[in-house]
Amino acid sequence: MMKRWQIVKRLAPLTAFLVLVLAACGREDLSTLNPQGPVAEEQFGLMKLAITIMSIVVIVVFAISLYVIVRFRRRPGDKTIPKQVEGSHKLEIIWTVIPIILLIILGVPTVQSVFNLSKDYSKDPEAVKVIVTAHQYWWEFEYPELGIKTAQELVIPTGKTIAIQAKTADVLHSFWIPSLAGKIDTNPGGNINHMYFSAPKEGVYLGKCAELCGPSHGLMDFKVKAVNPDSFDRWSAAITEPVALPSDPAIAQAFESKCLVCHAVGEYGGPAFPNLTGIASRESVGGILVNVEEGEKQYKHEDTLYNNLYKWIKDPEAVKPGNGMSNQYDLTEEELKGITEYLSSLTLDFE
Amino acid sequence: MAHANAHAVKRYSGIMDWLTTVDHKKIGILYLIAGGFFFLVGGLEAILIRVQLWAPQNDFVGADTYNELLTMHGTTMIFLAAMPLLFALMNAVVPLQIGARDVAFPFVNSLGFWTFLFGGVLLNISWLTGHVPDAGWTSYAPLAGTTYSTTHGVDYYVLGLQIAGIGTLVGGINFLVTIINMRAPGMTFMRMPLFTWTAFITSALILFAFPALTVGLAALMFDRLFEGNFFDPAAGGNAVLWEHIFWIFGHPEVYILILPAFGIISEVVSTFSRKRLFGYSSMVFATILIGFLGFMVWAHHMFTTGLGPVANALFSIATMLIAVPTGIKIFNWLFTMWGGSIKFTAANLFAVGFIPTFVMGGVTGVMLAAAPADFQYHDSYFVVAHFHYVIVGGLVLGIFAGLHYWWPKMFGRVLSESLGKWTFWTFFIGFHLTFFVQHFLGLMGMPRRIWQYLDGLGFNEMNMISTVGAFLMGLGTIFFLINVVVTSVKPKNAANDPWEDGRTLEWTIPSPPPEYNFAQTPLVRGYDAYWKEKMDGHKGMTPAEPIGPIHMPSPSILPFFMGVGLFIAGFGFMYSPDWGDVGFMKTGHLVGAIGLLITLGCMLLRSMIDDHGFHIEEEEILKDQGGKA
Repeated sequence: MMKRWQIVKRLAPLTAFLVLVLAACGREDLSTLNPQGPVAEEQFGLMKLAITIMSIVVIVVFAISLYVIVRFRRRPGDKTIPKQVEGSHKLEIIWTVIPIILLIILGVPTVQSVFNLSKDYSKDPEAVKVIVTAHQYWWEFEYPELGIKTAQELVIPTGKTIAIQAKTADVLHSFWIPSLAGKIDTNPGGNINHMYFSAPKEGVYLGKCAELCGPSHGLMDFKVKAVNPDSFDRWSAAITEPVALPSDPAIAQAFESKCLVCHAVGEYGGPAFPNLTGIASRESVGGILVNVEEGEKQYKHEDTLYNNLYKWIKDPEAVKPGNGMSNQYDLTEEELKGITEYLSSLTLDFE
Repeated sequence: MAHANAHAVKRYSGIMDWLTTVDHKKIGILYLIAGGFFFLVGGLEAILIRVQLWAPQNDFVGADTYNELLTMHGTTMIFLAAMPLLFALMNAVVPLQIGARDVAFPFVNSLGFWTFLFGGVLLNISWLTGHVPDAGWTSYAPLAGTTYSTTHGVDYYVLGLQIAGIGTLVGGINFLVTIINMRAPGMTFMRMPLFTWTAFITSALILFAFPALTVGLAALMFDRLFEGNFFDPAAGGNAVLWEHIFWIFGHPEVYILILPAFGIISEVVSTFSRKRLFGYSSMVFATILIGFLGFMVWAHHMFTTGLGPVANALFSIATMLIAVPTGIKIFNWLFTMWGGSIKFTAANLFAVGFIPTFVMGGVTGVMLAAAPADFQYHDSYFVVAHFHYVIVGGLVLGIFAGLHYWWPKMFGRVLSESLGKWTFWTFFIGFHLTFFVQHFLGLMGMPRRIWQYLDGLGFNEMNMISTVGAFLMGLGTIFFLINVVVTSVKPKNAANDPWEDGRTLEWTIPSPPPEYNFAQTPLVRGYDAYWKEKMDGHKGMTPAEPIGPIHMPSPSILPFFMGVGLFIAGFGFMYSPDWGDVGFMKTGHLVGAIGLLITLGCMLLRSMIDDHGFHIEEEEILKDQGGKA
């Protein structure tokens, strides 16, 4: 008995070390191992418990394997016949009962957490409701209480529970913000899924589509931007304000006839494709072309806002293969620059 | 006497022999060649995937091609490589292990092979026509429906798998009947070698799981080819229904694949430890339990679908339960080796390497079973790592172990041990390099099935390691191919029991066995029948019958043409919208009808022509025995 407890003692620092290593893994805004909100925290807790139990299992099996492999190797020329053992009831019971105990240790918190995370906050007056609609390669975020429809960037107030209703306009997608909460599928045909999460800290968190949805599935990123509640109120006010069309009539004409057929700014245009109001305040263009300041470009997918918009509008197919915007319009170089210029000015002042 | 009619010996030689054979040993070799070929194709696809992912935002292949590659890699490896390679070993070994002269339905056995082959060829012809399936091996609706998948790609998936599936289903039924009915005297169920047991349970799983796939594929076929609406939500269909149907098949499929590998490991570990399998009866019980529980857990693939907390909790617990019988197996293998005299042949290296590797795949399986945590793991690289640990680290290592172990029995030549060890070490190290880091990629937020990942997310180094590992696995496979070629030119001189520690009936007969396997059906006096005789000081088995004429089934070309017919029909129906009309009907439908007529005509011929088979006479058997001595 003494001996067994010593083993546990010896394992304790190991598991602590393991957890430390895991926690250091990956970016704060992307890794499930570095949770930034209570939901991801709870899931990470379960993961840590599971990883610890499973590490013990793996270590035990590895140790026995290694011992057996070394200890019972056949020496050259050895002709002896080992004792033929049929089995052992005692051992069979041990390796049936111990796993069952380990599974109970894991199973109870699992069931608790399943019910805990399935809470529906969609009727809670305190929660911010968001209807998430996935489209092939972009995300639509509707705030029904605030009358806001935006795209690609989910702006949320810190500390508040965000109640998500997830659905899709086309195929299956899956809504995932690794550092804040696990994923939920977006089912077609009025089959709406619920989930919730919250972000106590301000910051931008990376979101991903996690269900194969077509060629650009891997590029269907979005951002969750957590701002303090005051900024959030300013944002929700700013995004509902009217927006002026381009001042140059030629550009305005091109913008209206070619862009606003599908997109909307302010009260102009249609709702079928991403709303462009405040696009210049977003972190990225098209979800993946990340906007940085002039001279800070580090990676292939980063550039200034203007360059990103220009690149995207000029040839969206090169950025996101198979997206709905490819080959839908013809713009002269002048119009392209004018529209890019105009969109670069569509900022929202709220931070 | 019917004997007189059936006397004429019908035997072909050369290519006709292979096309018409109904001999389980030859069909096993055919499965091995075809499955091996598809394994190489799927492996090549995997290498291309890894090359695309070796650097961030790589443009080695386009986004469309990438989705085609990942779909075809998964579909090919599961249906056209793993299953047939297992069928190869089951065909080659199971009848020998139970002391039978062939399977119960040799004609059906041949039919199973040819439908599998033509289904697989149909699926892969998609690469040549340029319409390749691209909705993943799971082909979730609506992405796989006609609205979002407008090429013939998914049609190839639906019809190719449907035709190949016929082969698997009849193969499974055949093995069930064979194992129930054709065991030698004294070979009771609880004396059967564990590989035969796992083949038996796997066949039972095939019997119950494959019809679900058949129904799902038929429904998807109606959606795609005949404007049905089973899975089209816009027309009142239900996309989640496909997920259920697919996984009600798909999860048992995982156990269909892994159970025979468990069987192989049990045989190999026991033989090369010179020890009886530890806890035989609990191993049998664990196999049955895994097979049973395998049908109760499909929704753990759908935790994020939104089935609600009650379903998620139940399927979480049910899934975790599978860890118990699996753990029993792991420890029984370890204790089989404990106290044994372990010889590390190439076959045993694969088997011993399997045990810890499979445990790593198993524990991540339990982790995935915890639904709330699965919300994070699901569809990330963590899952990719998990199922590759189970399927490659489990099944493929098992198949390699089995091939090295039974190669002499199948071909009469022992594979080169040193090349075998090279295969093991390169493949084994390459495997862990490729997939171990993928656990962490997933946990760090990398979703699976993505064509590109952005730079600066911390994914670069691990993806590069993974790609290097994939090449190492490729190298291991090349070593194996070299081994096969080198061995095939060596003299055919393997002994009956080349490992000298054989325990089961297949090692009592020549390598390769004569057409009729056992000149005299053996009398089985206990578990590990041959080992028991050895320990009792006997040289071989006690025969249960005198030497006499042996009745053999006639070869037949009909199964081949039944496969051809279905292949043609598949094409016709698929392309009917494109090929225009002929007279009152569509050209494609006419072609399809002709294909079906060929198949049905062959069935008619098979029913009309009374074929009594033929007999191998006593003189020939005695001559065989003399010649071998």
